[in-house]
Amino acid sequence: MEFDVMIIGGGLAGLTAGLALQEKGKRTAIVSAGQNALHFSSGAFGLLDREDPFGAVAELDEDHPYARIGADSLRTFAEKAKGLFARAGIELNGNPLGNGFRLTPQGALKRAWLTLPEVDLFPDEAAVKGHKVLIVNLLGYLDFNTSFLALGLEKKGCTCRVETLRLPEMERLRQNPSEMRSVNIARVMDNAWVKVAGEVKSLLKDEDWVILPQVFGLRDATVPSQIRETVPARVLFVGTMPPSVPGMRTQMQLKRAYEALGGTFLMGDEVLSAETGEARVRSVETRNIGRIGAKDFILATGSYFSKGIASDMNHVYEPLFAADVIQDEGRGSWYDPNFFNPQSFLSYGVATTPGFKVLKEGVPFENLYAAGSVLGGCRSLALGCGAGVALVTALSVAETI
Amino acid sequence: MTLQEYTSSSHNFEECMKCTVCTAYCPVVPANPKYPGPKQAGPDGERLRLKDPFFFEETLKYCLNCKRCEVACPSGVKVADIIQAARIRYSKSKPKLRDRILASTDFMGTLARPFAPVVNGMTGLGATKAVLDATFAIDKHRTFPKYAFKGFESWFRKEAPDQSRFPEQVAYFHGCYVNYNFPQLGKDFVKVMNAAGIGVSLLDKEKCCGVAMISNGMIDGAKKHAAHNVAVLGKAVESGKKILTTSSTCTFTMRDEYPELLGIDNGKVRDSITLATRYLYEKIVAGEVKLPFKKDFHAKIAYHTPCHMEKLGWGVFSIGLLKMIPGIELTVLDSNCCGIAGTYGFKKENYEVSQAIGKPLFDQIARVAPDYVACDCETCKWQIEMSTGLEVRNPISVLAEALDI
Ligand SMILES: Cc1cc2nc3c(=O)[nH]c(=O)nc-3n(C[C@H](O)[C@H](O)[C@H](O)COP(=O)(O)OP(=O)(O)OC[C@H]3O[C@@H](n4cnc5c(N)ncnc54)[C@H](O)[C@@H]3O)c2cc1C
Ligand code: SF4
Ligand code: SF4
Repeated sequence: MEFDVMIIGGGLAGLTAGLALQEKGKRTAIVSAGQNALHFSSGAFGLLDREDPFGAVAELDEDHPYARIGADSLRTFAEKAKGLFARAGIELNGNPLGNGFRLTPQGALKRAWLTLPEVDLFPDEAAVKGHKVLIVNLLGYLDFNTSFLALGLEKKGCTCRVETLRLPEMERLRQNPSEMRSVNIARVMDNAWVKVAGEVKSLLKDEDWVILPQVFGLRDATVPSQIRETVPARVLFVGTMPPSVPGMRTQMQLKRAYEALGGTFLMGDEVLSAETGEARVRSVETRNIGRIGAKDFILATGSYFSKGIASDMNHVYEPLFAADVIQDEGRGSWYDPNFFNPQSFLSYGVATTPGFKVLKEGVPFENLYAAGSVLGGCRSLALGCGAGVALVTALSVAETI
Repeated sequence: MTLQEYTSSSHNFEECMKCTVCTAYCPVVPANPKYPGPKQAGPDGERLRLKDPFFFEETLKYCLNCKRCEVACPSGVKVADIIQAARIRYSKSKPKLRDRILASTDFMGTLARPFAPVVNGMTGLGATKAVLDATFAIDKHRTFPKYAFKGFESWFRKEAPDQSRFPEQVAYFHGCYVNYNFPQLGKDFVKVMNAAGIGVSLLDKEKCCGVAMISNGMIDGAKKHAAHNVAVLGKAVESGKKILTTSSTCTFTMRDEYPELLGIDNGKVRDSITLATRYLYEKIVAGEVKLPFKKDFHAKIAYHTPCHMEKLGWGVFSIGLLKMIPGIELTVLDSNCCGIAGTYGFKKENYEVSQAIGKPLFDQIARVAPDYVACDCETCKWQIEMSTGLEVRNPISVLAEALDI
């Protein structure tokens, strides 16, 4: 098989690059070893956890992908990202040129950039003060902690009432308590949401807010907004334990949009090795298909979690190309014994040129680019820049190719 | 047992990070609450079973072995292999007579074929179905695949001498279904290969790939079949031939289940076994084969990717090949299990679950409203035909019809 561009990794970065390249008229393929970090998404994308994310670019380490791109181009790509999602049928909330806040499952507010349609984005922290809140859970569902949520909100001057719904549709699921998981419930809710909306409406007293767990709209993305139309209060959908229903649906929507543009998505296949020479990648070898050739390649294999980055006792390495990895010498300097401090190892990843060409022994590959959380220098947990880096670097690479 | 033996296995359960993504993609979980789900039945359960087989649960039999959990797992855990290997190792329930009947696809065929009209009449009759339902717990809603009066092998015997005129030769593993139930697919295969300038020969007596025996717990039988097949496949490979098939499940079983579940080494033949659609697609793309197509062919087709095709990752080849046919309007259906899973859906206790699993697929087919459905698996064919009323054709048969010869 031959393509213009071969993308390794089908997460947020790989799919974004694939969509942008298909729109440019390139013939691309994405190969993805398994599902990805979107399945654990809070439903909110982070650009940078700072009041003015673009102004803060100047303070970032020079290795950070945003420092490479520069604040001006970052603005352009940030706006493009929202447009790309809209063309894929996903209307993200938020102004791409600024930050807002989302409500966490602990009832706290956290900075967020753009959010998936059912996740509310508040302009400022004051927006959450003084509400009367009805929090509704489903009987037997343990992955949505209503008391944490209520405690957090009460600290902000809200008053909360917690109710639990018992639905006959859920009784089958409840026979097997370990399967009372977000996605299994969401499958039931694809049909049973009308009932939930009706029951919530009848439970409502003088509350102006209703909070439900994010278990609606797995197949049909319009369900959350239909619930909102039924219930005469502001309905918020708050995150659950993984898997993330909005994240999983988003993955399916992006994949479908990519395939509709003519892209080839090879699910469950894995790149095992690559043929390289004279600073070029010629082809990759996958488990299911065998050799796949392309003019350009994109490494979007994610970080440790997705095995895009791995480690042995003494080194952090990139398994496919043995690319250079930004890291500190000596295992002792990788981590801070205090778990809650920023951890150095989380920023390790592939070293590239400023244009994201992958380096090996200091020499760039001419036709291999890296995008997303495989990149070094991110510290995405501490900086809250995970999805932003994935989207922006993927768009930047797609523009270069 | 050492600590290591408690904490690792050949099917890498220790790499599980407990994310439950596998459970989110399992088609049985939403349909059957008795099934513990891939995470619990697979890696979680394995940890306990290694310590004490007491923790084995017979509910693992509800697993369809569709491998969708493996395709989705971010950690590359062989979830379904863990579950099937546990059934093989620990299950105490003996296959029932009914399971043996359903699983013996070539034995049944050998017996039934000379009496095909009688058997077809019998399995089609309401009264017989009621008996099968009551006596053997084979669900009465099921239509049995018809047994052909004349098998593919005997049809081919007359064709065989003519095949040597082609310089390039391949061997065809036709499987039980083509031989006993639907020889037309085999004939279509020969027609297409000949049109591509390729001659066909059969193996030196193939046996059923064994997939139905594996899922019905008849492991000794499955191993015998596997060993026999690897030997006859080996002979064909030694004579320089590729082995082509028209069933994604036979292909997957012989390539991956032989070594992973049955412990049968197929190293010498594995890479030579391939689907006819993949073989042709690659030949055409490489410019080695050019097929003549009718100018006025038209068909609106919906393609369904069978679970084992999804696992093989070869849907792209069948889809790519269909797209090469001028006049085809093709919709690729969302990746969903049809619910039949070989003999699973034939069993009375599974009928409802089986139909519930397939519902999203049947609904989508109804929305697309194609002339017919295309698919590389014979059991999906039965299920989709029964549940949608539409005909299902193998891509090779679609190709055969579109050829201008
Ligand atoms: C648990 C978790 C939760 C997160 N939540 C958020 C959040 O709420 N908001 C936010 O902004 N950010 C979040 N992040 C950050 C996240 O990393 C980014 O948002 C983004 O999703 C990363 O996308 P990616 O495409 O770079 O990598 P991934 O999503 O990790 O995708 C990489 C893909 O590459 C595949 N792959 C790897 N190796 C191979 C190979 N050899 N062959 C084929 N395929 C291969 C993997 O299977 C995987 O599918 C989270 C991260 C994690 C780990
Ligand atoms: S998807 Fe894989 S890692 Fe996640 S729970 Fe299932 S087996 Fe474990
Ligand atoms: S093989 Fe299929 S049915 Fe069995 S656990 Fe995995 S996903 Fe579920």
